[in-house]
Amino acid sequence: MPTFERFNLPDAGEGLTEAEIVSWHVAVGDTVTVNQAIVEVETAKSLVELPSPYGGVVAEILTEVGTVVEVGTPIIVIDTDPDGEAAPQRDDSAGGSESTAGDEGSESGSVLVGYGVATPGTARRARRASAGAPVATPAPTGGSTPVEEPHGVPVTTPDQGVGTPLAGAPGIEPQASPASVGKPQMRSVTQVAPRPGTLAVRAKPPVRKLARDLGIDLSSIHPTGPGGIVTREDVLAYSAQAEPKGLATYVDDDAPWLASGQVSSDGRQTRVPVKSVRKRTAEAMVSSAFTAPHVTVFHTVDVTRTMRLVERLRTDKEFTDVRVTPLLVTAKALLLAVNRHPEINASWDDAAQEIVYKHYVNLGIAASTPRGLVVPNIKDAHRLGLKGLAQGIADLTATARAGRTTPTDMSDGTITITNVGVFGIDTGTPILNPGESAILAMGAIREQPWVHKGKIKKRHVTQLALSFDHRLVDGALGARLLSDVAAVLEEPAQGLVWG
Amino acid sequence: MTDLRPSRQAASTPDDTPLQLVTPDGTFVASDDNARYRARIGHLDSEDLRNLYRDMVLVRRFDTEATSLQRQGELALYAPLLGQEAAQVGSGRALAPQDMAFPSYREHGVAHTRGLDMPHILQLFRGIDHGGWDPAEHNFHLYTLVIGSHALHATGYAMGVQRDGLVGTGDRTKDTAVITYFGDGATSQGDVSEALGFAAVNEAPLVLFCQNNQWAISVPTSTQTKVPLYQRGAGFGVPSIRVDGNDVLACYAATSEALDRARSGGGPTFIEAVTYRMGAHTTSDDPTRYRTAEEEQHWRDRDPVERFRTLLVTEELWDEGHAADLEAQADELGERVRSYVKGLGRPASASMFDHVYATDHSLVTEDREWFADYEASFTDTQGGAR
Repeated sequence: MPTFERFNLPDAGEGLTEAEIVSWHVAVGDTVTVNQAIVEVETAKSLVELPSPYGGVVAEILTEVGTVVEVGTPIIVIDTDPDGEAAPQRDDSAGGSESTAGDEGSESGSVLVGYGVATPGTARRARRASAGAPVATPAPTGGSTPVEEPHGVPVTTPDQGVGTPLAGAPGIEPQASPASVGKPQMRSVTQVAPRPGTLAVRAKPPVRKLARDLGIDLSSIHPTGPGGIVTREDVLAYSAQAEPKGLATYVDDDAPWLASGQVSSDGRQTRVPVKSVRKRTAEAMVSSAFTAPHVTVFHTVDVTRTMRLVERLRTDKEFTDVRVTPLLVTAKALLLAVNRHPEINASWDDAAQEIVYKHYVNLGIAASTPRGLVVPNIKDAHRLGLKGLAQGIADLTATARAGRTTPTDMSDGTITITNVGVFGIDTGTPILNPGESAILAMGAIREQPWVHKGKIKKRHVTQLALSFDHRLVDGALGARLLSDVAAVLEEPAQGLVWG
Repeated sequence: MTDLRPSRQAASTPDDTPLQLVTPDGTFVASDDNARYRARIGHLDSEDLRNLYRDMVLVRRFDTEATSLQRQGELALYAPLLGQEAAQVGSGRALAPQDMAFPSYREHGVAHTRGLDMPHILQLFRGIDHGGWDPAEHNFHLYTLVIGSHALHATGYAMGVQRDGLVGTGDRTKDTAVITYFGDGATSQGDVSEALGFAAVNEAPLVLFCQNNQWAISVPTSTQTKVPLYQRGAGFGVPSIRVDGNDVLACYAATSEALDRARSGGGPTFIEAVTYRMGAHTTSDDPTRYRTAEEEQHWRDRDPVERFRTLLVTEELWDEGHAADLEAQADELGERVRSYVKGLGRPASASMFDHVYATDHSLVTEDREWFADYEASFTDTQGGAR
């Protein structure tokens, strides 16, 4: 008969709570021996290989490469007695897995000393009163709270449906009446980590006592301690939130705002983990904002002639298959200005204590995509004519919106344009793309009264802003560059002079 | 072949060359300089030499198994000794039964030579208790996790031995020495300097055995000392020697001489065993972040276990039969370590009161009773055992 053993992610350091799966050395069906290295994980402290605690055949790999897994989560199932059925019992009950673990004499399972994993059914501390009424909490919530298996297969507690309506289920629960505001037992917002049944709640004795004294049902508290232990802080936080929780009185108030988010236990906030593009953006912005002293200069400019040029080019045969926009002309204007002031196209090499002047311009275009902000760049933009540049911008934004921008596309930029005007705002103070010395923000183009040839006329006007790294760009240089960009936009023919 | 790369400090003089009796490629070194140390291993017969090798292999197997158990979530932490087997087994085997050892937390090899069953060491690393053995039973103190503090405990114990009249009697079964183990990092702690000072002026029967494994977690020896560590002893008036810590016979010989000096009333000795921590500082550490693959390879080529195996084979003291027996013994040990650790339960809560004082103490008794009441006051019926 096959015997399935689960290997739960251990704490490979001291007090670590999670690790990322870097690579699997085994696949389903492979035979493994005890202590054979099966997986490489990266923790906050180190990259380590984990040896298998079991010998047998790999029945299932539960976590994919690249995922961040909490300590205590099962990551692999190994059949230690493969002469039998091959498929693991995905729905094996908690009691079943307990008994197989018990067969091996490993009463602790694969859990770390002192931490452990809350396996449903592992009644760490049976409650004396569990046979009768719940001890300190008048509202029985435990029996109808959805229970989740460690690997995410929802099951329900046996006593569900014994005459109890689904009063505690998320989204179905009737709204709390004003009379019960402030009473912790009035409702349980369960979007955050559905708790195993009351029997599986794990907490240290003094914490249990505290909860009992405060009249709080431990099973309704979201545990944050290692291995799913309810901590003293969790109890106090729950107690403190009991008041605001009463404010979540409208339908769907406590529904998460984003699919990837989780609702906080008071039902009034959605929390979303910081990852991928958002994480990279944050790191880039922090590193840039706090290493390069930023200065931003502004220029309001009459771009009527640029708008006329854009209109004309849109009807030009040469440009039939590409989009001509004010951004295109601005990009060209910036390239012309950089050509006149190449010192701006540089980066600060702090390690070498050198300034690196780039002979080429890789023109970055900040793009807002469904996944967040990305800044791909057009390689060797200084060599491109207006049409080539238009094609470059089109390709780059299409790739970005499709989410296919590669790291290469985003690396080695030398200067960037961010078109904040598309959102209808006048301008901003952009933060430099790390490794670059200047970034041009282009504002919305509006028709405004403007003094033109001594009279007030209706003209197309926009505001430009240029942020630069004051370590290597002096105010005069930044001002001249922006002034040149503005000159071209005001009179595109100036481009012929400087081109 | 003496390029032990002891540390990255400026020019070490020829005098800093460590004592070596076996080269890294496994041949005996015979010179006038090491004659008196060669004499100290003269009595070791073929079986003794084979046993030194067995010790090192078993200790290494224990080490590997324990490291795996930590990675499998069975131990909270583990401090591997990989690479330091010779320094520990060599020095440990030089001890007499009545000698007392004060280890740090990595002396699994010394523990083995003191007759301690190695699996018991893991009770500490599983968090079951503060040490899985009775220090008096093996004359092996509990592991000290505080860096260097036990050098002073050992000094005090040695001064006690002296005052008990167990030094310089000429009776080999009675004269007692004390040895303390610490690392290069501990030499930066005031405690070790204090121990050297106290031991010197009191002529305490003490051996201060420093395993210079090159790294105090991520801090290299070069940032801790300007001079080779063994030279520290001279300033305190403590005779000192630098020994190749990956040469089990050199470690045995040097320690044996130092212990004899101590037992005969000659006072303390400082030994710097130049070795290398081939693994991580502990399982929480990632050494690839601070040292190079090249450096690790350099030391792998000087592996203490492999070196001694080569010597035994060359001297025709080791054959395939020996190897097969030892492998079976090691496998048995590995499985025993595994099952022992997994079989460790949870100590009763009240056991925390057991060793607070050697004898009954009214305040502790009161605390124990209060705690029992407190535990009983919960609605939960069961204790913490899972």
